[in-house]
Amino acid sequence: MANVLEVKDLNVTFSLHDGDVSAVRDLSFVLGQGETLAVVGESGSGKSQAFLAIMGLLARNGRATGKAVLGGTDLLALSPTELDRHRGLDIAMIFQDPMTSLNPSLKIGRQLAEVLVRHRGQSDSAAWRHATEMLDRVGIPEAARRADSYPHELSGGMRQRVMIAMALLCEPKVLIADEPTTALDVTVQAQMLELFKTLTDDFGAALVLITHDLGVVAGLADRMMVMYAGRAVESGSVDDLFYAPNHPYTFGLLHSTPHVEDSGQRLRPILGLPPSLEHLPTGCAFHPRCAFVMPECRTARPELTHRGGGRHAACFYEGELKEKEAAE
Amino acid sequence: MFNYATRRVLSALPIAIIAVTVCFFILRLAPGGPFDGERALPPLVLQNLRAHYNLDQPIWIQYFNYVWRMIQGDFGPSMVMEGFEVSELLAIGLPFTLMLGMTAFIVATIIGVIAGIIAAVNQNKWPDYVLVLAVMLGVIVPNFLMGALLQLLFGVYLRWLPAGGWSGGNWLQLVLPVTVLAWPHAARISRLMRGSMIETLGSNFIRTAMSKGIGERLMLTRHALKPALIPVVSYLGPGLSYLLTGSLVVESIFGLPGIGKYFIQAALNRDYGLVLGTTVFYVMLILVLNLLVDLVYAWLDPRVRFR
Repeated sequence: MANVLEVKDLNVTFSLHDGDVSAVRDLSFVLGQGETLAVVGESGSGKSQAFLAIMGLLARNGRATGKAVLGGTDLLALSPTELDRHRGLDIAMIFQDPMTSLNPSLKIGRQLAEVLVRHRGQSDSAAWRHATEMLDRVGIPEAARRADSYPHELSGGMRQRVMIAMALLCEPKVLIADEPTTALDVTVQAQMLELFKTLTDDFGAALVLITHDLGVVAGLADRMMVMYAGRAVESGSVDDLFYAPNHPYTFGLLHSTPHVEDSGQRLRPILGLPPSLEHLPTGCAFHPRCAFVMPECRTARPELTHRGGGRHAACFYEGELKEKEAAE
Repeated sequence: MFNYATRRVLSALPIAIIAVTVCFFILRLAPGGPFDGERALPPLVLQNLRAHYNLDQPIWIQYFNYVWRMIQGDFGPSMVMEGFEVSELLAIGLPFTLMLGMTAFIVATIIGVIAGIIAAVNQNKWPDYVLVLAVMLGVIVPNFLMGALLQLLFGVYLRWLPAGGWSGGNWLQLVLPVTVLAWPHAARISRLMRGSMIETLGSNFIRTAMSKGIGERLMLTRHALKPALIPVVSYLGPGLSYLLTGSLVVESIFGLPGIGKYFIQAALNRDYGLVLGTTVFYVMLILVLNLLVDLVYAWLDPRVRFR
């Protein structure tokens, strides 16, 4: 399978008043054509910032180093103007909050059409027509009338459909969806996931699904990458990681997810809080919360190593992870 | 949009009625009257004068008569400037005042908006600091002092511009008055614009726009400008009334033939008819302008139309 996106040694740093803070450290991964990669982690794990960096959308005080090669071009080495030739065309992004991610003062059709005008050189009227077709395709009823509406006239689910339509207009090779279902209610979430599945298959786009919802991962992704405190701690196929996680953090995430048959039982949280990026623990950043912690974890940081079958994990503990031990 | 406009026009009516009423009674509460001079008039003359201007009737009858005539467009006579109707005096001074005020208003708004955008895009760099300095000068120096300083510098020492007067058509004579009038207005607008532009640039939909690769220029003009203008537009109404009232003072500093000249004299002379007429006229003007501002507002932010 050919790789469409290769990210190597991505580092994202923000300069704050009292010094620099690293949000993403030494992140490397590849994305295959048509593949769906889930990027999982808690808030502050750097999962969103990594992809905002690739899109050139970091806040003013942020900067990114490393490589992000898309179709032979290193996106991180481009000037903003050069990057604009790729954003929206080869690589597109869908954002978390559909209520605020559309411009309230522009009609929906306009917000879609401008992508085609910019990247495909279409006339305003042709672009508007294509925009309407795309709205229809993502399941928006009365697409022509909706194109002529403002965002506030649409429900949250409809707006997220608009965001999806907007991202898919130029049939990008890579589609990044940053928590696309978080702001939606559960029934709409299910529809949205179904839509993602259909559309990425239709368009042959590789999908990066940034999420903390493991249910979404299970339903949609081929591979997953787990991030903690700015680093990838484990990656591999969704099946492998779900059935036999190698990293205690992945293990903890999976076991903290409640299941229907668990009713009446206590939740099993990962104890403690995610670390502050300004004051990371020494050694493995996860060791203060880890149920399998060993003495060396407190001093040395485990590298991400190959564990066979295309799996990688960053942990000194190589034995099987069992809940009994975790509960102690 | 049409419904919205109708609603706004209807809601302006009670405001107009309240404003006229308040102006009418406040003026009568002020001590003194139009015929109080240094030398008291003989009682018979005073009585005849009061009868002539209907000042001897009960005040509520005077009030209703005034309102009734005003609805018909008649602001009554000036009580001090013998033989002049208030509407005649307004008609003489108004064109100049409006021309001066609107020129300053347009210049100030354009400069303020552009300066605010430049400052926001260069946040905490030198253009931003230059703007802060210019704004401070504009806001803290009162217009009568600013006027005198500019007259002295450009009119007397440098001799680049005329220090005052109006000979009908020499536009150089307008440069200094317009600057004095426009400066504080431009200053406030640029601060508002800067803040609201910075806020808009940090919003999610701007990130979306950038993610589409449309470029910074289109992002600013198409996506950021309209939402960022909303707070500025809502200030334009009150801003314009500051500017128009400031114009009364500036007109007298620069010796310009606008309403300001009559208004200040009339206030000193307790010329009930003229002060009331001018005030009511200004109220109406500001109401109409605010109405226009509200309509622009609804165009900028489509959500307003549905509230």
